[in-house]
Amino acid sequence: MRRFILHRLGILIPTLIFVSMMIFALQQLLPGDPALALAGEERDPQVIQYLRARYHLDQPLPVRYAYWIGGVLHGDLGESIRIQRPVAELVLEKLPVTGELTVLAMIIALAIGIPAGIVAAVKRGTAWDVAANAVALWGLSTPNFWLGILMILLFSVHLGWLPASGYVSPFESLWGNLATLIMPAFVLGNAIAAVIMRHTRSAMLQVMRSDYVRTARAKGLSERTVILKHGLRNALGPVITLGALEFGQLLSGAVLTEQVFTIPGFGKLVVDAVFNRDYAVVQGVVLCTASFYILLNLAADLLYAAINPRLRA
Amino acid sequence: MTDTILPIRARSDPRIRELKRFFWRLGRRKTTIVGGVIVAVFLLLAIFAPLLAPYDPIAGNWATVRKAPSAAHWLGTDELGRDMLSRIIWGARASLSAGCVSVGLALALGVPMGLAAGYAGGWTEAILMRLTDAMLAIPFLILAIALATFLGPSLTNAMMAIGISATPVFVRLTRGQVIAAKVEDYVEAARALGNPPLRIAVRHILPNVLPPILVQATLTIAAAIIAEASLSFLGLGQQPPQPSWGSMLNVAKGFLNQAPWMALSPGAAIFIVVLAFNMLGDGLRDALDPRD
Repeated sequence: MRRFILHRLGILIPTLIFVSMMIFALQQLLPGDPALALAGEERDPQVIQYLRARYHLDQPLPVRYAYWIGGVLHGDLGESIRIQRPVAELVLEKLPVTGELTVLAMIIALAIGIPAGIVAAVKRGTAWDVAANAVALWGLSTPNFWLGILMILLFSVHLGWLPASGYVSPFESLWGNLATLIMPAFVLGNAIAAVIMRHTRSAMLQVMRSDYVRTARAKGLSERTVILKHGLRNALGPVITLGALEFGQLLSGAVLTEQVFTIPGFGKLVVDAVFNRDYAVVQGVVLCTASFYILLNLAADLLYAAINPRLRA
Repeated sequence: MTDTILPIRARSDPRIRELKRFFWRLGRRKTTIVGGVIVAVFLLLAIFAPLLAPYDPIAGNWATVRKAPSAAHWLGTDELGRDMLSRIIWGARASLSAGCVSVGLALALGVPMGLAAGYAGGWTEAILMRLTDAMLAIPFLILAIALATFLGPSLTNAMMAIGISATPVFVRLTRGQVIAAKVEDYVEAARALGNPPLRIAVRHILPNVLPPILVQATLTIAAAIIAEASLSFLGLGQQPPQPSWGSMLNVAKGFLNQAPWMALSPGAAIFIVVLAFNMLGDGLRDALDPRD
């Protein structure tokens, strides 16, 4: 186990270095002088001069990277040109909103995906299996921003049950918070539920064919105990790992969902930065997302190793 | 004499037998056939858009602003009086070309990288795989948004951004397949015959690892179509007034009360074409699965 952890950490460090290089290199894609592009449409000479000094644009590329990564390691992700505030501060401010949305979306995805996967596996080849697979295919094929628009049309415009947009903090009103987040969370969790359903089904089918499940049945245990205690417990390992990895996809989906429902989170921050050509914010958000995703990958691997005795040895 | 030999040869050729079995398995699933037919219909719509679209997709008409679906405009009109059906038909071009071009780019970059990493091993593999891990560490759409932001908003740049973002999946897949294939007897035999490494990799290994790559490509086209629609929805893909399903949805969002039909048809078009590619991909995967 110790060797496994050391091996994973050994991979983690060069990966983080490559990620930081890639994100830094994004700036090089800007056509022409980066200072002019970063200064926005006004192109104030003072701002351009400040940007040249701030980002060491007169220095060679490796030196600029060294300055940039040095700043990042000290928590300095640059400054938003539009809002005139540190990017790290903006990210920390928006993170709890997106965090709440993604956690809620994951709960919905697990609540739909795991039971649907179990039913599809246990009743393989029946109408239940076909229906569960059809729902999964539907979930994978529906663009979440369209589903969001359809839900707004139904629940906000026609029925008037839920607010079409906005965000209410849970500290302000718990009910208001749930009312603003339930639709976006369902939209976001929908596609992940489909992926989790497919993996649960496949893992359950494999487990239910194993010798220990046959033994459990031979002992006279009820089918419910066999499925839930012996089958599901063993099938859940890869599903939990996958669930952790799907958080990265949730962050991607949050960009669009927050845009559709006008939720002031991480995704809205990056989209606004895109429209305002606030490149430092885009770089900062991508770097934070990637770092979070890498750590999540590590956590998923360690979790899988912890529950899998063959890897623990 | 020839007549009697040929059928025997055809029957005994394992490649032809395998191909026949593959098409038999592919045709056995109705969903695969349906998926294939839908993809073909959308391809035809995209190719023959100038002939099939009943109206000009760009020219506005103030007399028909936000008209509900009718006999004259089957899917209604948009906020500038443009025919929705014509824009959907032209939008198929943007979506399908984005799907095919970006996946083509991902294949062109990812397959050689995966082949090199899997066959060469050592430092080549270590560097290529760390680079791939780094790209995989950034969620697909976030990377595409970041690339499209810095490259500038246009359909071409969106296709490049999606293609680059989809590349690591093909590197990983190809490398895995190559590692498994390079210890096979036919590769050993090719090596024993004195073939150079590049020839072995391209002529002997690549054709044998292609099936799973093709399945992944089909499924990635579906993801790329959604990604293009997402980028266009955010204003980073096809630019107005050119039609794109994603940008049509973005405009429709502002008229949900007055013209809900504007939001229905572009989303339905994305859903149907993505569903068709997913059905086709699933069918291909099952048909190529040796366990079946």
